[in-house]
Order: sequence, then structure tokens, then C-alpha cells
Amino acid sequence: MATVTFDHATRVYPGTERPAVDALNLHIEDGEFLVLVGPSGCGKSTSLRMLAGLEDVNAGRILIGDRDVTDVQPKDRDIAMVFQNYALYPHMTVADNMGFALKIAGTPKAEIRQRVEEAAKILDLTEYLDRKPKALSGGQRQRVAMGRAIVRQPQVFLMDEPLSNLDAKLRVQTRTQIASLQRRLGVTTVYVTHDQTEALTMGDRIAVLKDGLLQQVGTPREMYDTPANVFVAGFIGSPAMNIGTFPVLDGYANLGRSRVPLSREVLGQLTEDDKNHITLGFRPESVDVVPAGTPDAVPVIVNIVEELGSDAFVYGSLTNEFGGAAQVHSGAGDAQVIVRVDPRQVPGKGETVAIKIRPGEQHLFHAGSGERLA
Amino acid sequence: MSPHRQRLQITAATPDPALLDLPWHIPLEEWPAETLAALPRGISRHIVRFARLSGRVIAIKEIGETVAYREYELLRQLRRLDVPSVEPVGVITGRRSPEGEPLEAVLITQHLQFSLPYRSLFSQSLRPDTATRLIDALAVLLVRLHLAGFYWGDVSLSNTLFRRDAETFAAYLVDAETGDLHERLTDGQREYDLEVARVNIIGELMDLQAGEFLEEDVDAVAIGNALAERYRELWRALTEVESFGYGERWRVQARIDRLNDLGFDVGELDITSDLDGTSVRIQPKVVESGHHSRRLMRLTGLDVGENQARRLLNDLDEYRAATDRQAEDESFVAHDWLTEVFEPAVRSIPRELRGKLEPAQIFHELLDHRWYLSQQQHRDVPLNEVAKSYVKHILPSRPDEQSILGIQPGDLRDQTDTFPAIDDDQLIG
Repeated sequence: MATVTFDHATRVYPGTERPAVDALNLHIEDGEFLVLVGPSGCGKSTSLRMLAGLEDVNAGRILIGDRDVTDVQPKDRDIAMVFQNYALYPHMTVADNMGFALKIAGTPKAEIRQRVEEAAKILDLTEYLDRKPKALSGGQRQRVAMGRAIVRQPQVFLMDEPLSNLDAKLRVQTRTQIASLQRRLGVTTVYVTHDQTEALTMGDRIAVLKDGLLQQVGTPREMYDTPANVFVAGFIGSPAMNIGTFPVLDGYANLGRSRVPLSREVLGQLTEDDKNHITLGFRPESVDVVPAGTPDAVPVIVNIVEELGSDAFVYGSLTNEFGGAAQVHSGAGDAQVIVRVDPRQVPGKGETVAIKIRPGEQHLFHAGSGERLA
Repeated sequence: MSPHRQRLQITAATPDPALLDLPWHIPLEEWPAETLAALPRGISRHIVRFARLSGRVIAIKEIGETVAYREYELLRQLRRLDVPSVEPVGVITGRRSPEGEPLEAVLITQHLQFSLPYRSLFSQSLRPDTATRLIDALAVLLVRLHLAGFYWGDVSLSNTLFRRDAETFAAYLVDAETGDLHERLTDGQREYDLEVARVNIIGELMDLQAGEFLEEDVDAVAIGNALAERYRELWRALTEVESFGYGERWRVQARIDRLNDLGFDVGELDITSDLDGTSVRIQPKVVESGHHSRRLMRLTGLDVGENQARRLLNDLDEYRAATDRQAEDESFVAHDWLTEVFEPAVRSIPRELRGKLEPAQIFHELLDHRWYLSQQQHRDVPLNEVAKSYVKHILPSRPDEQSILGIQPGDLRDQTDTFPAIDDDQLIG
């Protein structure tokens, strides 16, 4: 087992000026499940491949434990890329399918058997060890493939979008399996995905990247509750946060006719760069539906109601009364908001509902830099 | 017949309307046998089936939509880079069962005619040099892919098809799912590909041994290691910097000749000399394979494998010498050789036997057979006599390799316990 450290690790592709990964600093604890997440082109896969030894590190270094592996060949790094090739061999037994890489490496037979049996126990495959893959279910076959990586007892598991090939149902199932398996094995794992739900549900910690730059690292809860900037705020959470930029007047953020009071502390932090504006975000669940006419309430015209049983979400447009309508964006698009409502009191399509952000549940960011205001 | 609720989306460069007639509303695994072509399949993590379409055979793979589009695009790029790979036909999405259940997207590729999966080449009667020749072919393919900037990610015998190329094989990439195209590969990417290749090849051979399709005493690990060695040799020959004294400039031409011998043309050679002009460094910058096949194509219009071309060109040279026309323009002689030697020989093969081997491969075997007969009879046996003997004694016993069809019914199942073995001892008559 080992820690993983990216120390100002940088990758610049030949012929490009902007680094694909720019001075990444990230320390992953021993046994931790860290998820690298971000939109396509953010540098998450490149970071993983730098750790795997598939991409050159042009500046900075990468350590596994205390060992500097920056210039070490992939096969000598003691890492395992999981799920890259998981076709099973039809004529070999499950045990041989799991252990053949050890056989190639010249591991003694008794030790191979012992490691395979240990892995099989963790994977609930013990009773199938002497059968052929044909006799297994789809899920079991996948566990055999995982077993192949486990028996090698690598220091670090690397997984690059391992679920992208699976259909939605199997994806959710396998997601849970990988997460619980990783916890049982306690092997340091770096996992890449573009899917923030996968990141939130699987990772001990999440690292969000954008344009090759690390935006924030933290537990799923930290990322959700205190996003460090507007990008993370909009990226983490589903449905996404509603975010808009508004003028600041007399100590209030002016959302058209309604106003949100700002603390003296927040006001004191505003800079010239913010041009007397503030970026304000609120999650769909951070609002209350209030009676029409309530002071400082925001009117929303209901376009669609999405009923999920335990929850219901209103996808609505802001009205002209809401001065900065065009400034607001959400998971539903520009000038739209998403609001969670009581699934037992769902408004009809076309109705107007008044909403109010719950005090203290708004997120405030510099309008200029997008950074979070304390 | 066609289901109502499907809204198929077909992405293809040249869509074939017959595609619409295939039963897309049925999961591939349940396709009726009459639609399928019985071809040996490799080991795949996806459902793969072969079907007939407008007189050709296509391979269909069920795979996630984004991955399907990605692989389709990659295969198209590989074709443009002139890397031996299967030809992508298209992607079909929007499949639904009659009950409205969504079905997986499919990637369709053209089945490579006269190609052989490794499982039909490795058999109990495997001759040691067949393994070597397959490994050589895969090493050449991997070098070519790497020179083009393609990182494969899942090199294996299952993801490769082999075609006979005179006495050797040529390898083709069939699965690009895990691949990526880069401007230039890092050493780490090349090394990782090699390591994956080594482990996969050994695993695939051990699997054949476990199924008793390959003898126990074949050293799978040694064969896997041989790939890495062969690859490194070739990579060095193609890319290494060579330094020598200013007086040894003949070594520039020698390097080019050596690369030509390996089947590569040098598109660009970097030559630098040091300041005092005492030593010279050369390094090939752009190398392109297909030296012989391009030359043959230019002379005769025949499009054949690299080693087949080498063989045919040798015969052309012999013809030129025998007819005493060395002074004449090579292309005129080539034209006459084509009409007087090559075409009559190939035409002498009865139509019903033409699906056995490619014409160029048949010609190569005719030349082999001519050598054999001439040795036996202590005279130069003319080619028309050779052809008669070959058609009578050799060709009928050869398996049909155009597209290995009509095999045992067991082969229709995914876990192929039986697959057609091609007896390699029949290679030379």
C-alpha cells in the first residue's frame, strides 16, 4: 500500500502551448479512493496516465510512497490498470484466469493458489474457482476480471472510466461493487470519471479539474456544501445549482424586485474587480415555495415538473420582474431555475410560484474571479 | 416485419440500404442462424457476430453508443494513415425491441477477406515457425501503429487478424476500442502496449493449451517475450540514430537499403554533421512500410501484400533476365510479365477453387510448387504444367479461406469449443 503524490506535475503536449495538466499538486492518502472528475479535456485522464507512466511528466514529479516514479517504466511502477482488458479465457478455469499473470511472472505455484484463494474469498468466487467462465453470470465474470488485478497485489489501482462501456443498470450495480470492494481491500485507488454522480457516490475525496488546473479537492460533502468557486458549484450536484450574477446595492444583492441581504463581512471582501456585483448560487433544495406577494420572493413560471416519487423538481423560467433573468443559469439552461418542491403539492404547468432562498443557504462568489466569498 | 418503435440512426460513409433489412430489433445474441455467417471468432468482451450483406460479410459488435462512435472514427483515421486495420462500415443506434426495450448500439466493420483469426492458425499441429511468423507479423503491425502515433491499449492476438503474405503473415488491427491517436507516442505508452501484448499473448496461448488446441510443450512465455524482442529490433532499425566518420558516407545508402529490405521506404532522413565535419549522424524521420507492394502497384497495378509483392517482383526480375530485356524500360517488361505470366497462371485456376486463396497467394504457391517439381524432375518445369499439377494435387485439399464459412454448427456459439483448424503442413506442396 502507498500514498500517491503529484508534486507540481505538468504535462505539455508537443506542439501545444497550454499545459494539459498544469502544476498539479495532489496528495492521496494510503488506502484512499480518490476520484478525478471534470468535463472532457480538463486533464483528468492525462493526470491518471502520468501516474501510470503513459504520459511524460514535463515538469514536477510523481511519487508512489516515497519513491519518485517520474521516470520509471509503467510495468515497474507496481500499479494496476483495472478493467482495461477483461476478456476472460474460455478454456481456463476461473482460478487460472485470475492467476495466469502471476504464473508469467514466475511466482511459485503454492503462492499463486494462496493469493487466488484470498482474492476469490473477497470477491465471493471461492466455489467457482475450478469452473470455466462460461458457467458464470455477467457480474461474476466481471469480478473475475477484477480478481486478475487484485492477485497482483499492486500498490495502486488506476481506473479510467471503467463503467463507460456498461448499460445504465449494470453501471449503478458495478459502481457500488467497486466502491465496496476497494474499501475491503484498502488499496489506494485513483479513479477517473466525467460523471459527478459517480464521483460523489464513490470517492472518499474528489478532485475537480478544469482546463488542466485543479479547482478543488475535498470530501463529497465539502464539495457539495462549500464549493470553492463558481465552476465547482455548477459542476457538482444534480440537478445543478442555480447561479446568477447581480448588482450589489445598499448591502443587498438585487435580484430584480427581490433582494438578498449580504453580511458586512461579505461586503467588505468585494474588490474593484467585482464591479459592485456578486455571483449568487442556490441549490434546488435551498428554496421554499411561499405565498404570492411575500416580500423579496422570486416569481417562477412552471415549465415542467419532474416527479421522482420522493422528490419533485420544477423547471421554471424567471419572469421580467426578475431583473437579472438572463444572468441566471442552471441545469435547465439560461434564464431558467430548478427548484425542489413538496412532491405532495406539485404546481401545474404554466402556473407561477413564488420562491424564497432559505436564509444562510445561498452560496456567494466574487463576480470577477468566481472564487468563493467566505 | 420491421418493428414500429425503432428509430434507427445509421452513420456510415457509404450507407448500404441492405443494412436496413437486418434484424436490428433483436439482441445480437439471439439473431437467427440464417442471417449469420459462420466465422471463427476471437475472444471478445462484447457480443460479436458475422452476417452476410449484399454479397459480402460484415462483423457486428454490440457496444455502448459513445464508444461505438469513437471506435468508428478511430478506425477511419487509421485507414487514412494507411495502417492495416479493418474497414469501418458504420454505427447504428436507436435500436429497440418490439416491446420498446432499448438495445445496444452496434459498430459494423467489413470482414477482411482471406483473413484468419489466430485460433484457426494455432492448432495441435502448430509448426514452431508458424508461431514465429505470427509474432513477427504482430510486431510489424505494432511498430507501424506506434510510428503513426496510435496507442492500442489492448494488444492481443484476439484483436488482430492475419492474412497470408507469401511465406509470412500480415497482421491487421480489428479492435481499436481502447486506442488513442497521438501526435507522437511517449516511451511509456509504447512500453505499456508491449507489456499488455506480452501478457495477453501468453494468456491466449495458455488458453489454447488449456483447451488442448495447442501442445503443452509449446513455451507460451517464450513466444510472448519474442514479440517484445522482435518489436524492439524493428523499432531500433527504423528509428535509431547512426553516427559514422565523414569518409563512410556510403552508410547513408546502406541504411536506406536495409530499411527497404525490411519493407520500409524512407520518406525523410535527418542528416547532420558536426562542426568540424569529421562525423555524420543520420536518423530516419519518416518511414513508410510497403516498399515492395508500392513498387509492384506502380509497375503492374496489382494491390497485394508486402511479401507477396517481394515474391512477384523477384519473378518479374527473373522474367526480365530470362527474356533478356534488362535494357528495356521496366514498366514495359512488367506489363508483358503481367499478361504473359501472372494472369494466365491465375486464370488457369478453376473458378470453383478461387475462394481458397487470394490470387497473389496462389501465384506465390505456384512458384513454390514450381521449385518443388523442378527439383524432383531435374528440369525447369514451365508454369502451365506447374499450374495443372497444383490444381490437381494441392489446391483441392486446401481449406476455403476467402471467408471461412460453413464450419461446424458449434462455431455459432460464443465459446467456440471447435474452430476450423488449418493444417499448416499443407502449406508447401
